Amino acid sequence: MKLLNLQRRMARAVMTPLTNSERMRPVAPDGRSMRAVASQIIKPNDRLTSFERLEIYNRQYWFRVLAAFAEDFPGVRAVLGGRRFDAMAKAYLIDCPSQSFTLRNLGSRLVNWLEKHPSWAGERQNLALDMARLEWADIEAFDGLREPSLKPEDLAGVNPAKLQLRLQPYVSLLALRYPVDELLLEVRKDSGDLDVASNTFNERHKRKRASAVAKLKPSPIFLAVHRLEEDVYFRHLDREEFAILSALHAGKSLNAAIESPWRSSPIAVADRAAQIEKWFHTWSALGWFCRLEKSPKNEKAAPH
Amino acid sequence: MPANRFNGHTDYGIGIGLRSPHYYHILTRKPVVDWFEIISENFMIDGGRPLRILDQILEQYKVVQHGVSMYFGSAERPNREHLRRLKTLVQRTKTPWLSDHLCWGSVDGRYTHDLLPMPYTFEAARITAQKIREVRDFIEIPVAVENVSSYAEFHVSEMTEWEFLNEVAERADCGILLDVNNIYVSSQNHSFDPLTYVNSVPGERVAQIHIAGHSKYRKYILDTHDHPVIDPVWKLYARAIERVGHTATLLEWDDSIPSFDEVHDEARKANRFLASASLAAAV
Repeated sequence: MKLLNLQRRMARAVMTPLTNSERMRPVAPDGRSMRAVASQIIKPNDRLTSFERLEIYNRQYWFRVLAAFAEDFPGVRAVLGGRRFDAMAKAYLIDCPSQSFTLRNLGSRLVNWLEKHPSWAGERQNLALDMARLEWADIEAFDGLREPSLKPEDLAGVNPAKLQLRLQPYVSLLALRYPVDELLLEVRKDSGDLDVASNTFNERHKRKRASAVAKLKPSPIFLAVHRLEEDVYFRHLDREEFAILSALHAGKSLNAAIESPWRSSPIAVADRAAQIEKWFHTWSALGWFCRLEKSPKNEKAAPH
Repeated sequence: MPANRFNGHTDYGIGIGLRSPHYYHILTRKPVVDWFEIISENFMIDGGRPLRILDQILEQYKVVQHGVSMYFGSAERPNREHLRRLKTLVQRTKTPWLSDHLCWGSVDGRYTHDLLPMPYTFEAARITAQKIREVRDFIEIPVAVENVSSYAEFHVSEMTEWEFLNEVAERADCGILLDVNNIYVSSQNHSFDPLTYVNSVPGERVAQIHIAGHSKYRKYILDTHDHPVIDPVWKLYARAIERVGHTATLLEWDDSIPSFDEVHDEARKANRFLASASLAAAV
């Protein structure tokens, strides 16, 4: 048997979902006999059959990817509950096995997948989706690229009608239906407690968390998930602030971006300029803008 | 062979794996450690805290890179993005050599994130050696391949594991990261004499040695890196040192990680064997 053929057969077996009791299936979902697959490629020994030897790898695969996935999405787990989360995780990993050399990217397709498979989240789909968006943004913010930040002198003489500002790659802008940031912080606090707490204490916290999830009502929020001094933060944004940043992120010029958010804004026309200045001051202080690229679009205004 | 072309002609002593529970201790107490081994994939990222910590470690310590997902034995070509990121990290750490496993773990672009055993065939040896050469040529530093623990053997195998390791190392002209714990684990799972394995490895190619603990189950042993090193593994280590000389040695402890001092003390037990090797070399 050629190497590629053997590896395809073994990988297919190793990635076959386990039974409910976490053993290798005798028959794969596509009808293959796993005993036959195992005995065709793997030798038995005096203690283990071919099936049992293959099963070691099958179980290790699922234990590893499920543990890594659960570690990345404790908030989604809190929203769905342990049993539903575990079922969803298996379904997701069957549809979206890792395509990356690093487990860090295991959940990169979760949001899109959940949108297409709402039944796995049940009645809490929107809440689960918001949480998945936040937790993925958190991963991106944690180790995303930080480019050199924009400095005030970089803007001297630049034409604002053509100026395109870029956000740092580690900054994500999220428009969410639920205030899941508070819930996630609560979940993490609980997880920290779990390491040292008694079982009774854990149970009380689990009930408290379940209650917090049940009580969470829709209340739209706008967030920037970003990094400062290597810590990840969730910063609440005003609707108009979010709109300007989103426009910049979409590649609009500075002039176009700051003209975009004002329809039905409660901010008085007279106060808008000061408000924009304040926002820009904050965003710059947080280092959210990258240094300008040398492109014709960012060319300096022609002298009059 | 203490310093050879497969470990960049370095003469490193006893190292331990750099793990996040120990970051604070290392950065605040600055313990004397010969060198740290990092898991390359943990730092093949664009930014953030892990890289900042790595830079702080690099200011004070020697670091060697050890990978877990290059999958030299996978039939598919190396992933270009993986190679690019790996090279960027190599330039950052200035690791004198780089190691990864003699195994496979991905096929058709899908990753198992496991160290799956090789079929010991000449075709597999040829493909694996070609890939090791390709990686080394791209990374531009010496590469060492590590023998893995395994729980299965293939019908198609045409040679023993140690013959396969030697075949690959010869064809690729690469170094060997000899993991004596993995030899012990596989010897128990496949009923061979681990000393035969240790005695068969070409000593002049050994760039580094790994030691670790494991977990024993009723019918097999799992390579879990969550216990101290057991005596039979120390005996294999002693034999390996006797054959290859004072070689860079690293203790792996990846699960149920105890305090830094406990891990370091366990690693330093290797000194008693290294000291006698140095003495023998002097005489």
